Amino acid sequence: MGAENTNREEKVYDVAIVGAGPAGLTAAMYAARAGLDTALLENLSPGGQLAQTEHLENYPGFTMSQSGYELSQIMHEQAEHFGAHTVYDEVTDVALEGPVKRLHLPSGHIDTRTVIIATGARPAKLGIEREAKLTGSGVSYCATCDGNFFKGRDVCIVGGGDTAAADAIYLSRICNKIYLFVRRDVLRATAIYYDKLKNLPNVQIVWNMVVEEIVEEDGAVAGVRVRDRLTGNETAYEVAALFVAVGTVPNSEFLDGKIELDQTGHVVADETGRTSVPGVFAAGDVRTKMLRQVSTAVADGANCAEACAEYLLQQQS
Amino acid sequence: MSQVLTSTDFDSKVLQADKPVLVDFFATWCGPCKRLGPVIEEVADELAGKVDVYKLDIDQSPDVAARYKVNSVPTIMLFENGAIKNKTVGAVPKQQLLQML
Repeated sequence: MGAENTNREEKVYDVAIVGAGPAGLTAAMYAARAGLDTALLENLSPGGQLAQTEHLENYPGFTMSQSGYELSQIMHEQAEHFGAHTVYDEVTDVALEGPVKRLHLPSGHIDTRTVIIATGARPAKLGIEREAKLTGSGVSYCATCDGNFFKGRDVCIVGGGDTAAADAIYLSRICNKIYLFVRRDVLRATAIYYDKLKNLPNVQIVWNMVVEEIVEEDGAVAGVRVRDRLTGNETAYEVAALFVAVGTVPNSEFLDGKIELDQTGHVVADETGRTSVPGVFAAGDVRTKMLRQVSTAVADGANCAEACAEYLLQQQS
Repeated sequence: MSQVLTSTDFDSKVLQADKPVLVDFFATWCGPCKRLGPVIEEVADELAGKVDVYKLDIDQSPDVAARYKVNSVPTIMLFENGAIKNKTVGAVPKQQLLQML
C-alpha cells in the first residue's frame, strides 16, 4: 500500500471520500459503480470503528460468525472492485468553496468536484487528571482489546450506553468484579443488554456516579474516586483498570469554520447528506442524525454517492 | 517489511541495536491492531535503514510484554540505546508514528 503520487497534481476526481469506515466504503462502492472517478482517503487502514467491532449482532443478514473486521475488508474489496481508488493519507486542511475543492495531505493534495465527509467518530474521553498519562497503563477505551490484561482483577467501567453495557458483559467473563458507574439512574443501553447485565453476579451497577479522580500507584491505575451526584458523597474503589465508554466525538476538527457544525461538532446534514457547502456531503457517524449504527452509516454512504452524481449532473447543465 | 520478534531475540535486536527501534506490541485478535498493521508496514518501508521496525505478538511473548508493562494493545514503543524513548497507545495514523521519532 502507499499513496500514489502519479499525476495527482493535475487530476480532478469526481468525488473524494474522506474516511473508509462503513459510510465511506459504501459511498465509494456506489460512486465508483455509478461511473464516477472516485478517490477514497484513509489515514489508517479501511474499516473505521466497524473493523474494531468484535461481534456484530445487529447488522441485517450477518450473524456472529464473521467479525466486523472481516465485513469491513469485504466492503473495501467491493469498493475497489468497482474502481474506487484508495489513497492512504491524512486530510490536514480543506478548501471547499467553488466548483473544484482541494484536500490538503502531508504528501500533496487532491482536487475533486465533490467531497463526501465520512470521517466518523472516536471514543470520548472523560477529561480528568491522569487519564491521558495512564492510557495503556489501566485506562482503556477498548474493553475487548485490553480486558485480558486484567484477568481475575477488579475493574470498573464508566458509561451508560450500549458500549458500556457490552463491555461489562464481555469483562464479566474475564475479570473478578466489575463496577459499572452510570452517570444517571437509568441505562441508555438497549433493553437486551440490561436483561443480561442484571443476571451477572460479578457486575455491580452503581447509579448516579461521576468519576472524579484516578488513583495512581507505580505508574498504573490503582483505583478511582467517584462522587454520588445526588448526595455528593465520595467513595474510593480499588480497581486495576478503568474502561471509558462515555460515547463518541465526531472527527470534524479539520472542518471547523469551513462548514456548518452543530454544538457537538457533528456536520449538519440531512438524509441526502447535503451540508452547508454546495458539493460537500456528509455520511455516517460524523453527521447529525438520530442513530449511529453500521446500518445507518451504509445507508448514508449510498445516499451521498447518489447526491454527488445528481450535483455533478446539475453542474454540467 | 517489519519482522515479528520473539522473547529470544528481543534483547539482541531491540536493546542492543545501534539505531532507534520501533516495536508494535500487538495481538492477533485485537481490532485496532489489525487497523494499525498496514500503517506499521508503511512506516517500516519509509524508515528502512534509519529505524528498525518490529512487531511483537503479546500472546507469543508474554514475558516481554509484562517486562514493559504493556496493558493495552496496540502499544507502540520507541527504543534508543536499550531504553524506552517514547510510547503511544492505540491505532494511530502514520504521521503520528513518525512524530514519535
